[in-house]
Order: sequence, then C-alpha cells, then structure tokens
Amino acid sequence: MRCTTSLYGKDVLDVSALTLADIDLIFQTADRMKKRLKQKIKKSSYLKGKAIINLFYEPSTRTRTSFELAGKYLGADVINFTTSASSLLKGESFRDTLLTLQSMHCDAVILRHPVEGAAAFAARELSPVVINAGDGAHAHPTQALLDLFTLREKGLRLNGLKMVIVGDILHSRVARSNIALWTKYGADIHVCGPGSLLPHDLAALGVTVHDHIEDALKDAYVINALRIQLERQQKGMFPSPREYARLFGITDQRLKLAKPGAVILHPGPLNRGLEIAWETAYNSQSAVLQQVENGVAIRMALLALTLKGENLDENFD
Amino acid sequence: MKILIKNGHVVDPSQSLNATADILVEDNRIAQVAPHIHVACDREVDASGLTVIPGLVDVHTHLREPGYEAKEDIVSGTQAAAHGGVTTVACMPNTHPVVDTSIVLSGIQERAARQAWAHVEVIGAITKGSQGKELAEMGDMAAHGAIAFSDDGHYVSSARMFLLAAQYAKGIHKPLISHSLDEELNTQGFMHEGVVSAHLGIPGVASVAEDIAVARDCLIAQYTGAHIHIAHISTKGAVDIVRHFKAQGVRVTAEATVHHLTLTDEACAGFNTAAKVSPPLRSAEHVRALREGILDGTLDAIVTDHSPHAPEEKDVEFRFAPNGFTGLETSLGVVLTDLYHTGVMDLPTLVTKMSYAPAQLFGLSGGTLRPGAAADITLVDLNREWTVDSHYFYTRGKFTPFEGKKCKGQAVATMLSGKFVMENGKVLCN
Repeated sequence: MRCTTSLYGKDVLDVSALTLADIDLIFQTADRMKKRLKQKIKKSSYLKGKAIINLFYEPSTRTRTSFELAGKYLGADVINFTTSASSLLKGESFRDTLLTLQSMHCDAVILRHPVEGAAAFAARELSPVVINAGDGAHAHPTQALLDLFTLREKGLRLNGLKMVIVGDILHSRVARSNIALWTKYGADIHVCGPGSLLPHDLAALGVTVHDHIEDALKDAYVINALRIQLERQQKGMFPSPREYARLFGITDQRLKLAKPGAVILHPGPLNRGLEIAWETAYNSQSAVLQQVENGVAIRMALLALTLKGENLDENFD
Repeated sequence: MKILIKNGHVVDPSQSLNATADILVEDNRIAQVAPHIHVACDREVDASGLTVIPGLVDVHTHLREPGYEAKEDIVSGTQAAAHGGVTTVACMPNTHPVVDTSIVLSGIQERAARQAWAHVEVIGAITKGSQGKELAEMGDMAAHGAIAFSDDGHYVSSARMFLLAAQYAKGIHKPLISHSLDEELNTQGFMHEGVVSAHLGIPGVASVAEDIAVARDCLIAQYTGAHIHIAHISTKGAVDIVRHFKAQGVRVTAEATVHHLTLTDEACAGFNTAAKVSPPLRSAEHVRALREGILDGTLDAIVTDHSPHAPEEKDVEFRFAPNGFTGLETSLGVVLTDLYHTGVMDLPTLVTKMSYAPAQLFGLSGGTLRPGAAADITLVDLNREWTVDSHYFYTRGKFTPFEGKKCKGQAVATMLSGKFVMENGKVLCN
C-alpha cells in the first residue's frame, strides 16, 4: 500500500528541521537507491515528468553533478542554471530569477548560493521544493546527511562518540550542518583549527574547542577534515599552507592518536598535502570515495521523498 | 489663539515638574504652566488620564531627501515623527548629494520650513562627500544653522583627519558626531559576532570594532577639548570607555538607540533583514550595559537612528540588505513598554533622555515646557495597548524588527509650535 511520506513537498533548508524519523526514512530510501545504483540499468522512471533546476550561484562541479545524476537516475529532467554571485548585484534580482524559474513549472530548485539564508529566502518565494545545496557558511544539509549515512554504513552509532572536525570552521557550512546533525544524536563533538578560522563563540554551539590537533584527535572515532580555501591565506587569515599542514594536517602519524579504525571524512575536493596528507587521503580509514557514492544515493532519496512522497515500490531495486 | 491643556500629568525635567498641571498655549508658545489655570480660551483639551511631556527630540534620523526619496522624504519622515510624538528631528547628511555645503543644507531647511510636520535640524558632513579625505566647509554650514557635523554611516577612519576635524569644530563651537566603528573590522561582518552568528554562519562584526573606535574618538576629544558625541553606542566596552572619559571631564557625550536598548542579535534569527542594522543588534550583556549607561548618565540620549529603506531594498538576502530600519513611529511605545512599564526607568528619566537632554546637547530650543518655549507638546496615554503594524506607518520605510510587537503606551496627540499635528494616531492635514 502506498502512503504519503512526511517529507513530501517539504523544503530541505538545513538539518535542524528534520526529525529523527525523517532521517531514518531518508536513510532507508537511500539504501535502496544505492542498491539500484549497482544494477545494470540504474535509471528508473520514478520521477518521470518532474523537472528539477540546479540553480548554482557558486562554482561547483561535484555537488552539482551529484544532484544532476541523482535526478537523472530517477528519470527527472534536470537543467543546470549556473551563474555567478556578482551578476546578482547587477542585473536580475535573486527574487526575479526565482520567480522566472517557477513560472517555467519546475518541481524543485536545488540551490547553491554564496550567501547565508539564501535557501530560506528562496523557499519563502517559491512553491516548488527547495533543496539547499549550500548557502554561504550556513548549511549544507545533504553533505551532513551523506556523512552520517556513511558513518552508519561503517556501523557507527553516534551517541557519546568522540567526533572531531578539523579546519576552517568559520567559513564552513559543512561543519555547521554536521555539528547540528551530530548534536541530535548526542555525539561528543570536538573541533580544532587555527584561532583565526574559528567563530568567536564557537563553544556555544555545544562543542569542545582544541588548540592542538593532538588533543582533538586523541581517542576520536570520526575525523572530519575540512577543505582549506587557499584564498583565506591570501586574505591573511592564516600564515601559510605549509604551517597549516604542520599544525593541523591529518597524517598517518597523527591518525594513530585516534581510535584504531577511526573513520576519516572529507567533503572534497581534497587539498592533498594540506589538510590531509597524500598517503592518508585514500588510506583504508578514509571514507572519502564512499561519501561521494553515498552523496548520489542520499540526493536521490531526498528528491524521491520530497517530489513524489510515496514509499518506493517493492520492485524498485 | 489660546489653547488650554487641562488636568494632564505633566512631566518636564527641565523645570523638575512631575505633577498634575494645566498648560496654556498662546499662539505658538507656552504661556503658563500651573496647577489650575482659569482663562478664556479658543480650545480646551481635557488631558485627564494622559501624560503631558515636551515633544520628543530625536537627534539621529535619516530623512533621505535629497536623493533617496524612494526611502523617505522630508514630508513622510516628519509625518512619521508627528505620528510618534516627536517634534524635533535632526537629520543626518548622508543624502545624495551629501550635505557638505551650506547650499544643500539651506535647501533642506527651506523645504522643511514649508512642508515639515516637525522641526528639522540639519547635521552637516565632517568631510567632503563623507569620504574622509578633506574637511567640508563646516564653518559655512554652521553659519547657516548646522547643529553638528557627522559622516554618519562612515567612520572617519583616518585619525589625522578626525583630529583635524575636532580641532576645527572646536573653533566653530560645534560638536562632531562619530559613527564609531573600526571600518576594516566592521565591513567584514553583517551582524553581531556572537552565538547567533556562529550558528547562522553569517560573518560577524566584533564588539571590539566599536570599542577601538570609541576609544580613539574619546582620546581625540580629550586631546583637543572638542565636543565629540558618539552615535549609537552598542557595546559594553564602549559604555565603559565613555564612562571613563566622562569621569576625566572630557567633553564626550553619547547616545543609544531604542533598538540597541531593547533587542538582541536573536532578532536576526531566520535571516530577518528587518533586524539588520549598523552597529548590529548585540547580545544581552551589551543590552544590560547600555541600560546601566543610560541610568548612570554615561549615555545622554535615546535616539531612533530612523533609517528608512524602500521595501524592495530590504526584502533580499540578509547579506545584501542595507543597514537600518524605521523608528520614529515605534520609539516611544517601545521605550514605554520595555523600559518604563518594566521598571527600568521612570518617566522623568525617559523624558530627559528622549527630549530634554538631546536638545541641550546640541543647543536646540525644544525639550522643555517652560513658559516662553515653543509649544512642542506630546500627549501620551501610558496604558494604551497597541500592536506595531507598519501598514499604519507614515514613513516609507516599512521594515522594523518591532513588527507585531505588543506595546503599552503611545503618543495620542502631538502639538508643534502651538498647533496639533497629530491627534488620535492620525497626522492632521491642513
């Protein structure tokens, strides 16, 4: 029997609005999507007739491709609308762009935008489903979901587990979304990075802040290394890539401080030799490629649940 | 023309009056204030149950004319003032063109004299175009009636330029008003740097950005002996610094806005652009410090920093929204609700900070009900309950973080130079 699921027609703006039951449903659906991805014919007609627009105001190949494939594997029509943030200030306003797209009868807008709150703004304006693919330093809910899904596959339950996020927390939507999501499950969250790249009142987010990577990594079960944007160094926010790698880089040597088998997460793309050492990036503890694979499955699940909102047919996978 | 305002509770700190009294207005001036006045008059207004105060004096507003009439103009801005019980507004010079010459200043004065629903006092720019590079003709503007000088909206970043400006302003006996926020730190952020910004990921403005700038300005006031007035103080550090310098006898004065005294950065949650303002709404500890500063005399005046914007300018992504919002029609209600009815301040303090003291700071004639003064009078119903609804605003700026707020206390009539310009919430058109 088919029934409408809790996420049907909902926007996905950040993880805080999701209930634990929603997340379970997303993960169960993603499991089946992943099975489907391993079949000879990946494409289904589940979302046939639906139109999805990837509206990207920031350069992104990975997330955009992941969403695009997720939609296409489900049989939806996916259009990429890529523009730069600077055009926002010149010509058509953000709202006008949104209303224009809406008038073309799209069913979902996947939005990547350099400004915090842009997804919430879009959701207020639009009736199609809005999925936040990253808004400034605010949120990146699909990344957080795919990270957690990956940890679940590794058999980890988060309650009381020491998890470490290392790097540029200040500018990281991935860090904010992961902190919000992991907090829901009672994880013991630690963060570490250069003082100039940590938010001023970081501890108020309920995390333990470390100055030294060694303290942060000690007995950790999960290590989430964040990408360091080199432009931050050019803006004077940390002295040099070399010093960053020395003080905060994840290396095989440092990994020994963590629990045996601790899982390394990284949202990509990697700066190998900077935030993560060359040999560590794809070592046996690294989940980086699994994250990418799971990203497609999670995004398929979200599109299916928000756009069709029925339980998957038993023959789906 | 004689108007008698009878049986109101008169609060006038300028003559230490806080009692039931009658006020006789003759033509445009106050003729007599006494417990019982019996005289034949053209109109008798029964103010029983109402509080009668000198019209509010708001020394930090933006009327936007010339140049930004989509946001506000002199008519809409002063109608908003009348609606809010404000009889004198001082307008900031960040118009287009900037008020950096006497001819622009005179143009505003002339229009205001013909059209305005409140007394309009004009603040000139410190530097040409408020660019911080060359001094504007402050002497000429002072001769044409500028009450003070400010590059409001910008910090005069160059210490050399501000020192020169202070020395020059001292010579022409006019205060400088400083928008004290370290520019480099300030332009990095869009809201208060604190817990809420850490959650939202919005780059923050550190409170030290203000502390650093206020410290410099106080030091320059001390060194030059010029009167420097610090606009819209928002941090605990800045209050402490001003308190310190005042104790040394330095001629520094300061104001706090209604919103910094009553709201925190929580108002930005949900990316609410109506709460985006510079300096930003800060955390509760700063609000507490500001209230202490008001009560102990460190902060001299309460202002609105009324900064209207066109609706489409504010209804955008948080980061791109301009700073500021409208305030003239909510200031009295919000202060009565959050500061008077809660017991933070009594009525004489409120009237002092919102009327008498600001008039004194800038040598204005308002802020008093003394016989001989212009009859600028506001009648207040302290217990009238109402809800902030921008649809009823006279200002063109419809964005306010107080939208929907339940208030207790409101101006019910405003008299400007002996004529009622607002009664029962309606601005009167002649």
